[in-house]
Amino acid sequence: MTTDTRAARNAAPDDPAIVQDPSLPPTAVPEEKARTRWTPQKIALWAAISLLGGVAWVMLAVVRGETVNAIWFVFAAVCTYLIGYRFYSKVIERYITRPDDRRATPAEVREDGKDYVPTDRHVLFGHHFAAIAGAGPLVGPVLAAQMGYLPGTIWIIVGVVLAGAVQDYLVLFFSMRRGGRTIGQMARQELGRVGGTAAIVASLLIMIIIVAILALVVVNALGESPWGVFSVSMTIPIALFMGVYLRYIRPGKITEVSVIGFALLLAAIVGGGWIADTAWGAELFHLDRTTIAVGVIVYGFVAAVLPVWLLLAPRDYLSTFMKVGVIVVLAVAVVVVRPEITVPAISEFASGETGPVVSGALFPFLFVTIACGALSGFHALIASGTTPKLVEKERQTRFIGYGGMLMESFVAIMALVAAISIDRGIYFAMNSSAAATGGTVEGAVAFVNGLGLMGVNLTPDMLSSTAAAVGEPSIVSRTGGAPTLALGLAHIMQQVVGGTAMMGFWYHFAIMFEALFILTAVDAGTRVARFMLQDTLGNVAPRFRDVTWRPGVWLCTAIMVAGWGSILYLGVTDPLGGINTFFPLFGIANQLLAAIALAVVLAIVAKRGRSYQRWLWIVAAPLAFTAVITIWASIEKIFSPVPAVGYWANHNAFKDALAAGETSFGTAGSVEAMEAVVRNTFVQGTLSIVFVVLAIVVIVASVLVTTKALRAGGGENHEDAPVPSRRFAPSDVVATAAEKEIQKEWAALSPEKRPAATGHR
Amino acid sequence: MTVRQDTPQAPAATVRATVVAGPAGPATSTGPAGGASSAGLAARASGMARRVRDGAAVVRWYVRQVMGDDAYATYAAHQRAVHPGCDVITEREFWRRRHAEQDANPGSRCC
Repeated sequence: MTTDTRAARNAAPDDPAIVQDPSLPPTAVPEEKARTRWTPQKIALWAAISLLGGVAWVMLAVVRGETVNAIWFVFAAVCTYLIGYRFYSKVIERYITRPDDRRATPAEVREDGKDYVPTDRHVLFGHHFAAIAGAGPLVGPVLAAQMGYLPGTIWIIVGVVLAGAVQDYLVLFFSMRRGGRTIGQMARQELGRVGGTAAIVASLLIMIIIVAILALVVVNALGESPWGVFSVSMTIPIALFMGVYLRYIRPGKITEVSVIGFALLLAAIVGGGWIADTAWGAELFHLDRTTIAVGVIVYGFVAAVLPVWLLLAPRDYLSTFMKVGVIVVLAVAVVVVRPEITVPAISEFASGETGPVVSGALFPFLFVTIACGALSGFHALIASGTTPKLVEKERQTRFIGYGGMLMESFVAIMALVAAISIDRGIYFAMNSSAAATGGTVEGAVAFVNGLGLMGVNLTPDMLSSTAAAVGEPSIVSRTGGAPTLALGLAHIMQQVVGGTAMMGFWYHFAIMFEALFILTAVDAGTRVARFMLQDTLGNVAPRFRDVTWRPGVWLCTAIMVAGWGSILYLGVTDPLGGINTFFPLFGIANQLLAAIALAVVLAIVAKRGRSYQRWLWIVAAPLAFTAVITIWASIEKIFSPVPAVGYWANHNAFKDALAAGETSFGTAGSVEAMEAVVRNTFVQGTLSIVFVVLAIVVIVASVLVTTKALRAGGGENHEDAPVPSRRFAPSDVVATAAEKEIQKEWAALSPEKRPAATGHR
Repeated sequence: MTVRQDTPQAPAATVRATVVAGPAGPATSTGPAGGASSAGLAARASGMARRVRDGAAVVRWYVRQVMGDDAYATYAAHQRAVHPGCDVITEREFWRRRHAEQDANPGSRCC
């Protein structure tokens, strides 16, 4: 090809700032070739996908026989994701993001071989997915299953297509256009000082509450479980060994040491079974929840001040390794086993407010109980920061951002399927708090059978034999979602590998990987929160900014650990149960962060100009939805007169009872417990108020900025100046014919003609 | 069969190792199957064997990339290409600095 035609193809009439090197092959697929040509085969394929998805939804939502096969969940999810990815995300690409592959990404412009590296899109997809997915999508859907399978399924699948994946994609794209700025920095830049500061304070508080509730999930999973305590504790020496191995013996051999670590983990699970069977083991590792909570708090502090290479980095490798492996295994197992689901589509607790697992009606509490998997604000912290510095070509952000979130949603659906594949009576016995069941088999049977659920007839034998099968002393009131998911997973996996003899192994395998994800999140979250605090204190006392000044690091870490540790402690000792009262705070916090992220994106899109503003509803709709849901949920938590729902209603009820000189009230059997309820509801109620006020400040700031931009037809552009790209790569999972042609041209380029690096900034 | 002729390029076309290629651009990409191309026009059995080998190479390359085994190689390639005069730090030193940076500037992990 001659240089002239190349120059013509690379010319950019609409944007004169981007002038391509005429001696290079194209760096972007030309507009006319990028359009899809609809062949009969393609139309038939998409018609078939739509039809299959439609049939699956009909099976789930309309037919609702006695039972429904789990395979329909897989079909409904995958077909809807494919349609959302192929059509809706392309609408967003065409009208909102409008990526331009002729522009170099930050990875190309600032390439340094370390932080900024143009990374293969499939690899970056793996990186990004490992960073966003954790225990969240495994826990929320399990708790929401009390409302039946249908509300959760619809919210996870439809929510991700219209809200969650939209947020992740847009935050990733706009952060990439700004050199990888964090969501906090973008908030300050786009929303002004008040809105920006509120966003940063909110994300700090939200980080603390999320770490606290995740830690509560781990504590609940390990309480009174010698096997679990042993095997999860063993992850610490295993990680330390891996850290030393990587530092001193074989640096950089990450996969090798992860395989070794994984083998050691399996050994720890098997060994845990033996040890829990011995009298001394059962005694030594049988710890109550309060002791474990104190252990997790001490661990959290030590882990966050130890050097990264010793504990955090190796455990992170291990959890990446497990994450991808476990999710693939779970998906394959669900497809192979195809369990029959007997849970009703919509349960008795969907309309009422008195569900024993989490209290509150479907609207709005379903949407805060399931955060991760449908819409997760926390992702905004990941999608801005690391991932945008590694994107090779702008168009790939759709695959990585939108596609990565669809993948997480699929994990959430798998978790839901696993949780609802177990007997419904057992589900409620595990997830009702000890305040309701008394923590005993008899109490649980009486409580669950007393709920008056259709088709539920729990017997003491069902509970004790299930506990024996998974090697636990008891499964009554194992709240928090993790044990339920572990039981569901064990139930499914034993049908593929090992039979009932392996149930204990699979159960503890699931507990182990959830604990691994959560401990990594606790450690990393504490570090990030500490860093944010150091940065803030640095405004007053500059020495705090020095991250090598150990007293400053220790002090700030201690403050942050005290923050989440005290909430964890309240949760563990809560006379009302813990998870059922605290979990809504986690969901509300996460969704408020999503509202903040979408509010920032809304302002950015409005400022881009008139032709973008027509499509603003793509951002405004999920923002409005999550704002309404979270503010409504917060208001119910603050003002509801129903004590099970409203924190202050409960607070006042217990306060009045104490004032009246009563010595027991509700599920609190002593004055001490009543005082604990008064204290806990005060903390919960105060946090609810702070969160909702901060979120409203950010949303109002965003609406003001957006309105101004709408009137003016645009606003200030904070994107980095465009730099012409000097490389090419396909944008989607598989390269198109046009992309392959361009790749051939690049491959044919003689080495001396290949461009040198674009250099450093 | 046309399939066999395409095989040496096939893995490289679907999964390109542009990271290892460094700043010289994707044109120098060494695909994961870079070493496996001497089969020629052998019998069908050897074609199958090669495809399995190529597939295994792709999987190995992908796992190493996602886990981060190749981070030092990427860095060293970048340094040699862009700063030819400078010494390239050892792999041990590279990981020390990387972890020290993570200590100083922590990144988040999601729930």
